[in-house]
Amino acid sequence: MEEKVCDMLIVGGGPAGYTAALYGARAGLSVLVIEKLAPGGQMGTTDMVDNYPGFPEGINGFDLAMKMKAGAERFGARTVSAEVTALELAGPLKIAHTAKTAYQARTVVLAMGAHPRELGLPNERELRGKGVSYCATCDGMFYRGKSVAVIGGGETAVADALYLARLCERVTLIHRRDKLRAPMSQQKALEHTGKVGFLWDSQAVEFLADTRLTGLRVRNKKSGEEQALSCAGVFLAVGQVPDTDLLKGQVDLDGSGYVLAGEDTRTSLPGVFAAGDLRRKPLRQIVTAAADGAAAAQAAGEFLEE
Amino acid sequence: MSVFTFTQDNFDTEVLKSSTPVLVDFWAEWCGPCRMFSPIVDEFAEENPAAVKVGKVNVDEQPDLAARYGVMSIPTAILFKNGEIAATLVGVQPKTALEELIR
Repeated sequence: MEEKVCDMLIVGGGPAGYTAALYGARAGLSVLVIEKLAPGGQMGTTDMVDNYPGFPEGINGFDLAMKMKAGAERFGARTVSAEVTALELAGPLKIAHTAKTAYQARTVVLAMGAHPRELGLPNERELRGKGVSYCATCDGMFYRGKSVAVIGGGETAVADALYLARLCERVTLIHRRDKLRAPMSQQKALEHTGKVGFLWDSQAVEFLADTRLTGLRVRNKKSGEEQALSCAGVFLAVGQVPDTDLLKGQVDLDGSGYVLAGEDTRTSLPGVFAAGDLRRKPLRQIVTAAADGAAAAQAAGEFLEE
Repeated sequence: MSVFTFTQDNFDTEVLKSSTPVLVDFWAEWCGPCRMFSPIVDEFAEENPAAVKVGKVNVDEQPDLAARYGVMSIPTAILFKNGEIAATLVGVQPKTALEELIR
């Protein structure tokens, strides 16, 4: 089945995608968003967003996603719920294939985002939901009164540890370096809980398990010493992987898979723009994703007029 | 078909003794990914009324059901066939992943 050609096709319905949709539709372009799951992307899975301006009390990530979607729809943007399985981006007519339909467009905004990185240990996938988690706010309550570990040293890891400290008996933060990347205020808050212990210069080398996780084997990178840490759950916050598999061989990517595009979001292909977490850039936040979306819509509009 | 709400009281009759396969979505109000997954589950239920019965378990209200099936991460979707667990999916899934379960 084929649909009529739209001006701007957006792959991914997170803050970048729906901001591009808003700006594009508001400028009079015909806009289609293709989203494989539900609006919001990683933002949609965030319990409380405190760093998106305009919401002094904070806002639930999924609620914010629905507002962004509604804002774009108000000006005529459409959403299709489907997974894009292939992209043809090189020609003047771009095509996004889903299982049932080929969508055609004059410009494409790539806004597929990123997903949490796995640690890469052998039994990690089997233990997901059996002690291994990537979402502290989702799963923390299953570990009430128990000992848990958090792996990572960035903002997500510290926020997870803070959240878990309210529920769990003991939280051990395991970080491969000797200091955290998270802001000082958050680090102070961690120390104030009195429940968080730190293992610096350390990495988990094995998930210990029977039918579910029972602990970790942790190696100190400096001394080489290993120890067994008993815990019922481990929460992973070790960064992100961009969702750019569909782009390989078409659009220029950096060594980590992020799309090479500047502030104007133009990629190596004409008429193809990259917005949000999948673009190589210094700061990945909802507000910077939204900013990219606006820039991408602007650039797409200019391209259509050329 | 509408989406069921499963509780300790109706789980045996509606899920374990069901003649059609049953997909159970374990969720909670405060879980962001669950809120993303919920409309996908609803759509799946609407589109496959003959093949599968679909319902939700609120883990806050039904902690014993969650514990009984070892749910330690939400959302978790479990497919029951003839009272037995036939498949378990942890985390938000695209609709196609649910469709594959009943293919």
